[in-house]
Amino acid sequence: MRHDAPLAPTATRTTCPYCGVGCGVLATADGKGGAAVAGDPDHPANRGRLCSKGSALGETLAQGHRVLHPLRRNAAGGYDAVGWDQALDGAAEGFKAVIRDNGPEAVAFYLSGQLLTEDYYVANKLAKGFIGTPHVDTNSRLCMASTVAAQRRVFGSDTVPGSYEDLDAADLIVLVGSNTAWCHPVLFRRIQENRAERGAKVVVIDPRVTATAEDADLVLPLKPGMDSVLFAGLLVHLADHGLIARDYIERHVAGLDETLANARDIAGNSAAVAARTGLPEDSVKAFFTLWGQTPAVVTAWSQGVNQSAQGTDKVAAILHCHLATARIGRPGCGPLSLTGQPNAMGGREVGGMANTLAAHMGYTPAEIERVQRFWGAPAMAQREGLKAVAMMEAVADRRIRALWVMATNPAVSLPRADAVRAALSGLDLFVISENVLSNDTLAAKPHLILPAAAWGEKDGTVTNSERRISRQRAFLPLPGGVKPDWWIVCEVAKRLGFSDAFSFRGPHAIHAEHAALSAFENEGTRDFDIGAHAGLSLAAYDALAPVQWPVPWDRPQGTARLFADGGFFTGDGRAQMQALAEPAPASATDARFPLRLNTGRVRDHWHTMTRTGLSPRLSAHTAEPAVSVHPADASRYGLVEAKFARIETREGQAILKVATDTGIPEGSLFAPIHWSAETASDARIGAAVQALVDPCSGQPELKATPASIGPVTFTSQGFVLSRDAFPLPEGSWWARLAVEGGEGRLFATNETIASAMALVRARFGEEGLVELIDREGGGYRCAVVHQGRLLAALFLAPTGRAPLWDTVKAVFADPTAEIGHRFALLAGRAASGTEPGPTICACFGVGLHAIRAAFAAGATSAEEIGLRLKAGTNCGSCLPEIRRIGARAFSTEAA
Amino acid sequence: MAEPLVIVGKGMAATRLVEELGQQALGRHAIAVIGEEPRLAYNRILLSPFLAGEIAANDLELKPAAWWRARGVSTFYGRAVTAIDRAARTVALAGGLCLPYGKLVLATGSKPVRLACPGAELPGIQTFREMSDVGAMRPQAERGARIVVIGGGLLGLEAATGLARAGGRVTLVHLADRLMERQLDAEGAAMLATAIDYRGVEIRLNSATDHFIGTDKVEGVVLSDGSVIPAELVVVAIGVRPNADLARAAGLSVERGILVDDRLATEDPDIFGLGECIQHRGQVYGLVEPAYEQARVLAAGLAGKDAHYAGSLLATNLKVSGVGVFSAGTVEADDGCETIVLRDPDAGVYRKFVLREGRLVGCILVGETQGALFYLRLIRSGQDVSALRTDLPFGESYCVREAA
Repeated sequence: MRHDAPLAPTATRTTCPYCGVGCGVLATADGKGGAAVAGDPDHPANRGRLCSKGSALGETLAQGHRVLHPLRRNAAGGYDAVGWDQALDGAAEGFKAVIRDNGPEAVAFYLSGQLLTEDYYVANKLAKGFIGTPHVDTNSRLCMASTVAAQRRVFGSDTVPGSYEDLDAADLIVLVGSNTAWCHPVLFRRIQENRAERGAKVVVIDPRVTATAEDADLVLPLKPGMDSVLFAGLLVHLADHGLIARDYIERHVAGLDETLANARDIAGNSAAVAARTGLPEDSVKAFFTLWGQTPAVVTAWSQGVNQSAQGTDKVAAILHCHLATARIGRPGCGPLSLTGQPNAMGGREVGGMANTLAAHMGYTPAEIERVQRFWGAPAMAQREGLKAVAMMEAVADRRIRALWVMATNPAVSLPRADAVRAALSGLDLFVISENVLSNDTLAAKPHLILPAAAWGEKDGTVTNSERRISRQRAFLPLPGGVKPDWWIVCEVAKRLGFSDAFSFRGPHAIHAEHAALSAFENEGTRDFDIGAHAGLSLAAYDALAPVQWPVPWDRPQGTARLFADGGFFTGDGRAQMQALAEPAPASATDARFPLRLNTGRVRDHWHTMTRTGLSPRLSAHTAEPAVSVHPADASRYGLVEAKFARIETREGQAILKVATDTGIPEGSLFAPIHWSAETASDARIGAAVQALVDPCSGQPELKATPASIGPVTFTSQGFVLSRDAFPLPEGSWWARLAVEGGEGRLFATNETIASAMALVRARFGEEGLVELIDREGGGYRCAVVHQGRLLAALFLAPTGRAPLWDTVKAVFADPTAEIGHRFALLAGRAASGTEPGPTICACFGVGLHAIRAAFAAGATSAEEIGLRLKAGTNCGSCLPEIRRIGARAFSTEAA
Repeated sequence: MAEPLVIVGKGMAATRLVEELGQQALGRHAIAVIGEEPRLAYNRILLSPFLAGEIAANDLELKPAAWWRARGVSTFYGRAVTAIDRAARTVALAGGLCLPYGKLVLATGSKPVRLACPGAELPGIQTFREMSDVGAMRPQAERGARIVVIGGGLLGLEAATGLARAGGRVTLVHLADRLMERQLDAEGAAMLATAIDYRGVEIRLNSATDHFIGTDKVEGVVLSDGSVIPAELVVVAIGVRPNADLARAAGLSVERGILVDDRLATEDPDIFGLGECIQHRGQVYGLVEPAYEQARVLAAGLAGKDAHYAGSLLATNLKVSGVGVFSAGTVEADDGCETIVLRDPDAGVYRKFVLREGRLVGCILVGETQGALFYLRLIRSGQDVSALRTDLPFGESYCVREAA
């Protein structure tokens, strides 16, 4: 079927491919390759709501950037399109050769939280049971590995005890190391609703004061890496105030005494906690009292806790407090890990990580033997494999010779990303299953590029942060020669000689086998049991409603909560508390690198932007990669807002725009993770991030790399809009983003106006060229107008006076629009009306100026802005900003 | 009793002076206006559109007869002044009349420069200055005659496009390497040339006229490179020179024009000069704007006020239908100047702004003259425009919004 063949206009229930909230989505294909997207009102995770990213999914379905046929690298270093048989044979032959020459452990798979559970299952099965290598890891190592390790250490299993519903029923919600407002917006709105309707209190613990902290009841901007001090102190407080649930501890928990003693060493009283965390003692006391007095407390956390060389301890310190008070597994309370990826948990379920085997089983001899029997496996991996960072080190020193990367971009996201990219180029066999034609990992020149199905085309299940398994269903046909990941893996497996074990009729059959393994000789000994799905028919699989595991054969409705009455998956059924290591960052700052580089997400982008980067709406909120820095540090290091800075670490460097932000603590820098060599010239922040890992989880400390910062000078900055790629002056700093009608790049350069003019002429000639030239003033603007239509525009101004592009962008958006007023265009003004200003509400495309104007015209609240402009009424993630704009408007009025 | 004030000349400068006197010194003088052309004062600037057939003859009239009557002005039209008797304080008119004056204003304007090469006296070779000239040119153009216009300045361009529009097959011959070389830079001139060419005028630059051929009337123009352009009509528009003969004869000091001081007085304190015939601070103006400024100063002086003329900023407006050209102040940047250019060749638009120390000192607008007055104001005021720099080229509305 052609990919643009019309489909019936019925909505397909599926699941969002972004964060771990796992929102239900109703997608209606438009018959032209795109789709209308709405929140699924019946999905328990989101109840109809979507965030800005989810709402814009329809804008990310374009085919232009997709890899549509298998590609094989040729001798010249280019790529030839080949048939699937050639590609699969090539992959199989390559793996065979490496296995023959270097043994199975020279083979590794690097998987992704964007894979579906079924894809994950067959990949894990092939590696660990049939090739015989334990080296299967995933980008979840960067995401949730510390939570996995802590939950396994404390609960005996990687089990999230609670549900999202607990956020609705809690009286206190503590958010630790989580910019929930931006990274899990739909859950943040649930929390806000609870506050509004039930008066729940919210405490935000984060060195960085983010949008999440905007109107929290208590904000604790503690020193980086000191979370476990705070929670150790809380444990001490609970003990000292008689708040320990003695009965629960007695029956279900081991290790409290040693753990408490250790906690006293770390954080003996609130004064000690205040000293170590840098928080005011009053705040510490207020937090302890509030937490202690509120039985219905949910402590939720994200990467601020996980991405640490002590992440396992940090999560454990939180779990300890919930165990000590028995605030676990009951409505409205419990620890809740907010997962970063749509199917990180599904990957954990199949065992797609280096330190698990399969179906929440590890590498004990009994477990290896059990899985071997179930699979009929010829070559079982015998021990834990290499975790992501170690795996790439093994690639670099050629212990790993063959690597298969699926659905992830490690050359951007892993620490020491430049070294990773270089190492990947040296593999004997490098295979990538990928959606897109070009990304930083593909730039490392894999031998084979296998075109994999993307969201909207693939079919299977994902599991969100509350253990809820949901179907991701296809609503678009597979374009070109694209195939689902599970099919690709199975076809390679068959060519390796494992036809019997990999002849699945479809994802439903894989899911059934996965379910059967989870129940295999389980008898309640393992948390992960979805035995009720073992016999699922194709029809039942297709109709599968979202359900929380465990789903054992006798409990098909699933399980909302665990551990209210103990029942931990340790040998003796008791949770295990354990002493924490001395809290400290993995590496120290010094005179050369006096700052700490923190990394994370911006509101409207996702990972390396291969999808969100296609959406003009999403690209509008944060157009350029910027380093956020406290104003005092900015002046200390000679940085100027909206100019540029070079961040240097022991590992590498990046050049970013400067954004001063009083929410950033002094001594810290915050840089976004999203930009790659595809989307910016010098913003591969991963290249500057250290590769020091948690000894238990293997998760790297991505948020505290010692760094220095200094100004970088460009004489001019500006933007270029073009229908196709447009070359910039040599040595330019740039950031590329999706705009309606083509491509936009914001750039800065030391080249002269003359060289910009020469480039424009080289690319477009003189015809239709409208120019403003101010050589001495450092200004240049041009528009290329062919047949009355805007083909391209380039604006350049002295640094610090970058021209606004909103109006030109608006004109550029419609390639067919006649340019009425060329002066207005070059002036960067709407011929009538005013500049829209920077986009605040990405969902409805509402700009700053419109919001300011509405406040000026009498709106008194963000809600009224919503009524007038619709801004903030969809995903709500801009509401904090709207409130800030309102507050500023009123303070100006008063002044 | 009102002092007799005699104005020699009845062109635009004289008309404006009468108008200004009516506002500043009503009834103070008994005014007599003497003019050589036998008609009411008219707007010489509109000769070109009149030539092109875009407007009618009465559209040129500056003021109706009733206006002059209402001001009690005695008008002597079709009468040349033959002499000034400074001792007797009288002027003699052709035909014998002698008028006494208390104050005398010479607004004798300028006369076109003629070529002095062989054949220049042949019939069919004329200048373009007066209504009567149009009368001779129009019929030739309308019947599709071959016409050569010599001179690529303001007047030549207006004549050439007017004749082409009226139906003539027009070639414009210009000595310099570009049109309007005193007002435009090379790029502006080139864009103007494109627009003029588009209007059916063939332009030959770097071309000097050697002589004319023809037996009883002109038949062609021979250029110094030997090439011949056939022509049934030749219009010479190579400039004007102040008409100072009368003043010179009266013994007043004349260089290029009649010398006047800042009060516009000649060396004779009762005789004043006004308009294109004068030379002020070494400068001779061939444009109407300076004459209007002078009229205002002179009227004030005649009203007994202490008024001074400090010279005018040169601003040129070419109005050929659809092709606006405006030029003011310094148009070629020298040391210490900065230049901002806005160009849209497809739309025939070129704008250049010359700044010195943050102040606008000159500009060229080709194709689209919107904002000309705004720029002129900025140049005159000498205000710092640094803050407007980016928006300046786009016109006043952009700058105002920026400032707000």
